[in-house]
Amino acid sequence: EAGVGGFYQNKKTFFSFFFILVCDPADVISTVEFNQTGEFLATGDKGGRVVIFQREPQGEYNVYSTFQSHEPEFDYLKSLEIEERINKIRWLPLHNPAHFLLATNDKTIKLWKVSERDKRAEGYNLRDEEGRLKDLSTVTTLQVPVLRPMDLLVEASPRRVFANAHAYHINSISVNSDCETYLSADDLRINLWNLNITDRSFNIVDLKPENMEDLSEVITVAEFHPHHCHLLAFSSSTGTTRLCDMRASALCDQHAKLFEEAADPSHRSFFSEIVSSVSDVKFSHSGRYLLTRDYLTVKVWDLNMENKPVETYQVHDYLRTKLCSLYESDCIFDKFECAWNGTDSVIMTGAYNNYFRMFDRASLRDVTLEASREVCKRRAVLQPRRVCVGKKQKETDVSVDSLDFRKKILHTAWHPKENIIAIAASNNLYIFQDRLTPNGHHNTPEIQSAPPKWQTQPNPPTY
Amino acid sequence: GNRAAQPGTTQRAEGDDSLYPIAVLIDELRNEDVQLRLNSIKKLSTIALALGVERTRTELLPFLTDTIYDEDEVLLALAEQLGSFTVLVGGPEFVHCLLPPLESLATVEETVVRDKAVESLQKISQEHSPVDLEVHFVPLVKRLASGDWFTSRTSACGLFSVCYPRVSSTVKAEIRQHFRTLCSDDTPMVRRAASSKLGEFAKVLELDYVKSDIIPLFTALASDEQDSVRLLAVEAGVSIATLLPQEDLEDLVMPTLRQAAEDKSWRVRYMVADKFSELQKAVGPEITKNDLVPAFQNLLKDCEAEVRTAAANKVKVFCESLPEDSRETIIMTHILPCVKELVSDTNQHVKSALASVIMGLSTILGKDNTVEHLLPLFLVQLKDEYPEVRLNIISNLDCVNEVIGIRQLSQSLLPAIVELAEDAKWRVRLAIIEYMPLLAGQLGVEFFDEKLNSLCMAWLIDHVYAIREAATCNLMKLVEKFGAEWAQNTIVPKVLGMANDSNYLHRMTTLFCINALSEVCGQEITTKHMLPVVLKMSTDQVANVRFNVARCLQKIGPVLDSSALQADVKPVLEKLATDQDMDVKYFALEAISGMYPFISLTFQHISSQKHFNSPLYCFFFSFSPCCLGYRRLHCVIVKFFKHYLWMSCIYFIYSCIYLFIWSTCTFLKGSSDAHFPQVDMIL
Repeated sequence: EAGVGGFYQNKKTFFSFFFILVCDPADVISTVEFNQTGEFLATGDKGGRVVIFQREPQGEYNVYSTFQSHEPEFDYLKSLEIEERINKIRWLPLHNPAHFLLATNDKTIKLWKVSERDKRAEGYNLRDEEGRLKDLSTVTTLQVPVLRPMDLLVEASPRRVFANAHAYHINSISVNSDCETYLSADDLRINLWNLNITDRSFNIVDLKPENMEDLSEVITVAEFHPHHCHLLAFSSSTGTTRLCDMRASALCDQHAKLFEEAADPSHRSFFSEIVSSVSDVKFSHSGRYLLTRDYLTVKVWDLNMENKPVETYQVHDYLRTKLCSLYESDCIFDKFECAWNGTDSVIMTGAYNNYFRMFDRASLRDVTLEASREVCKRRAVLQPRRVCVGKKQKETDVSVDSLDFRKKILHTAWHPKENIIAIAASNNLYIFQDRLTPNGHHNTPEIQSAPPKWQTQPNPPTY
Repeated sequence: GNRAAQPGTTQRAEGDDSLYPIAVLIDELRNEDVQLRLNSIKKLSTIALALGVERTRTELLPFLTDTIYDEDEVLLALAEQLGSFTVLVGGPEFVHCLLPPLESLATVEETVVRDKAVESLQKISQEHSPVDLEVHFVPLVKRLASGDWFTSRTSACGLFSVCYPRVSSTVKAEIRQHFRTLCSDDTPMVRRAASSKLGEFAKVLELDYVKSDIIPLFTALASDEQDSVRLLAVEAGVSIATLLPQEDLEDLVMPTLRQAAEDKSWRVRYMVADKFSELQKAVGPEITKNDLVPAFQNLLKDCEAEVRTAAANKVKVFCESLPEDSRETIIMTHILPCVKELVSDTNQHVKSALASVIMGLSTILGKDNTVEHLLPLFLVQLKDEYPEVRLNIISNLDCVNEVIGIRQLSQSLLPAIVELAEDAKWRVRLAIIEYMPLLAGQLGVEFFDEKLNSLCMAWLIDHVYAIREAATCNLMKLVEKFGAEWAQNTIVPKVLGMANDSNYLHRMTTLFCINALSEVCGQEITTKHMLPVVLKMSTDQVANVRFNVARCLQKIGPVLDSSALQADVKPVLEKLATDQDMDVKYFALEAISGMYPFISLTFQHISSQKHFNSPLYCFFFSFSPCCLGYRRLHCVIVKFFKHYLWMSCIYFIYSCIYLFIWSTCTFLKGSSDAHFPQVDMIL
């Protein structure tokens, strides 16, 4: 299903993504995550399944392994149904030839091992290879089984189950750079686990007030710093992001830094607080910046400046006038994720109508792209989209009123090194690749003055 | 096929019945059931023995080398087995054959398996000759140390120290180089492994190399960017300090350790506090006086409660090991002020850690200082809001008792005990009950009678069973301390008085107390005072009391003399054996059978009872084995008539009749005697 595409903006190329895969798992995708090398991509879905894709030497991603990570459960003590939906997947750094990932639903985190096997034992003493019993009188010598090569078999096995530590729904997990611990966060608490110990965890942040009526905020996301093992950031529904230093104290209720932008009084409305709720937090690969996504914007914060973000990008400002209807349809509570590219120069996040947005930090230019079956046909061009508020300027423009709010791109992921992106739109996974960065050296998005040529050949090898 | 041609095995194998179990074991090495594979791996030595040394080396070990796909528990068992496999591969000459499977086990991701593989490798390294060590073992260590995956590199860290002492100086230099490389590995996992093995490796190195090689590594690891690496370096620092001569410590180790004690991360400071007494021993008295005392003060005042807790736990050990000449001055001027602050700490864990050791200071400081300085602190802690703190003080009273006598404390002790005794949490009450015998011993019998006796009695009617149970056990220990006479005068009347209580639970408590007390009180009190009460209770209207009477009688039986047994106990038990309630009957019969040597006539008596001799009973009894064996009989019948299909109708009629008889029998049995099986058992 490979195809080629490109788009232009102001007559200049920003990215030219061509489409390399669309996959249609049975259920709505609930999380997407590349591993540390980008060779593997994992998706989790509402049905509790994890699908892992492996990148072929030709550059295409193919299904590597599929397994059922979580099953629906019932909490008899609280009379609560526990959904099997995978909320988050995080890869562990490489241990050995096998791959490890953490997957969580609302309550239980599981550590999975995905490994390959290419040998099989042969030779029984008492039965033949089909399993029939041999005549015992023919058994005169002992035979030790020998290993023979066989077709590659990928198996996923659960290694550990981290359960019973969360009273509320787990919204994030994050592996520490010490590769020994990870955190899991629910609405009110953050717990710290050792990857080898399943029967206890340490509560490091607790926002639960004595009286639940005093509850003013909930934790929305938590993440560890990519290099400093003692730093963790967590954001809340009030639009703040806190940075905690785990060196200072065993309990991190006291934050080291609080990133919050003073609210603009002119924009103040009933919805101000709801739209300011942070739905995703990502540290940049360099560890210097924090990216936060709220309902209408993405913001880049410098860890050294708490009072305002260094950059703010409007994702869909035209929705500001439609908040009331979005509130009625509950869309205003959608949790969009955001992502950095490998060099921290471009930001990506999702929007409605199967659109996703990209912002180039250096040139301050942005683009809207669409991930849908219609545009991802073979050799189709990924055209930039434009949403217009008033009258249509071009034929391809889409008016705000005709946006489909049921089609939303919540989960996106960017390859850690190359310009390859994975977009989950409902139960479709789209993978796009930038045409200009085929060999991994050419990572920065290039701005070309001439429109790119059609690419007629299959994409070149990337390794 | 061609394996039969191999020498040594052919002869044994042919026509040998013993082949079969081994064949099963080998086949189960690859069974789908983990448990069977595990069993098979655990009997690996049996398999190896049957195969002989050569086939073990050429066939079994190569197979095992590639078995690393298996479950952790199987791999763990395999790693352990291989550690003692030397004889089975042909002795030390061939021990290197064990290296490949252990090498692959040392690279798996599961830490316990890797650790076990390293342990086995360490073990078999001693069985290598010096030549083999250099030819086979050292190359393995090097391979692991430069492996692609961090798992193999972490395993390598544990192997340097076992081969270093036994290799040539050129190889030694290489080993040191490899260790240096691992200490600056990219992954924190490897640096952690290196950091935790640094002390072990330092021990086998020549002193010059410790100074030139280990010290820079230690300094680097102790200032690693990862907290988890730095905190492991603390322990290494302690080991290194023990190796160095006193004059080098100040320059080589102390700057780094001082820095660790003031580290930004509380986890590193916690580690320093936790290892403080080892550190104190390692650096000697001079540095302790100059450096460790201020460091310890800082740890006691640390801003993180976890660190203060760890330090508070060390207060006593630290003070004890201070140099004798200046011990008292240091404690009084430096440590005690910090301790005073900790007594009113905000964190309960800090206070309770301190409370568990603070009493120990009194033996070090002597009577006057204890009265003047420590006593006020004890009193404050005895009034602490957290029960755990109070409990810790009370549990260590013996230390103070030796120095100043407990009387000084008793005025404050009493309210504290009473409060704990009435705490709303039953676990707290349970804890204080456990200290009661100790307290009673310290405080003496008068004080106890006056103040505490009523508490001990009150626990007997606590609404939590665990407390009542502990209270009866407590009474027994008190009687052991104070003697039977005291028991007779103080507690026995009260216990027996409860036999008339309106609450049946309290009446049962009387029985439980008697169970516990009869032995320590002796025959006289038991026969004279307790037995009549027990016998009287056999007519209690609550069945639970009655069957506990039966159990009680069985329990106190050995204490009573045979005349009492014959005259008093026997008739009561017999009566209970015919009780309406099936449980009472069951326990009465159990008591009778349990006391068989004591009451020889009972059995005869019971079997002479009327309904046991009735023809109906005999009929049922003789039939009962058939009832139990119904299913088996059924099978026999089916077999018998298998070939006579035309007789199947007869079979049907037969089985109907059989069923009818069986059900009538069960019905009658149920109505006439509910404890049929028990009677059966006795007979």
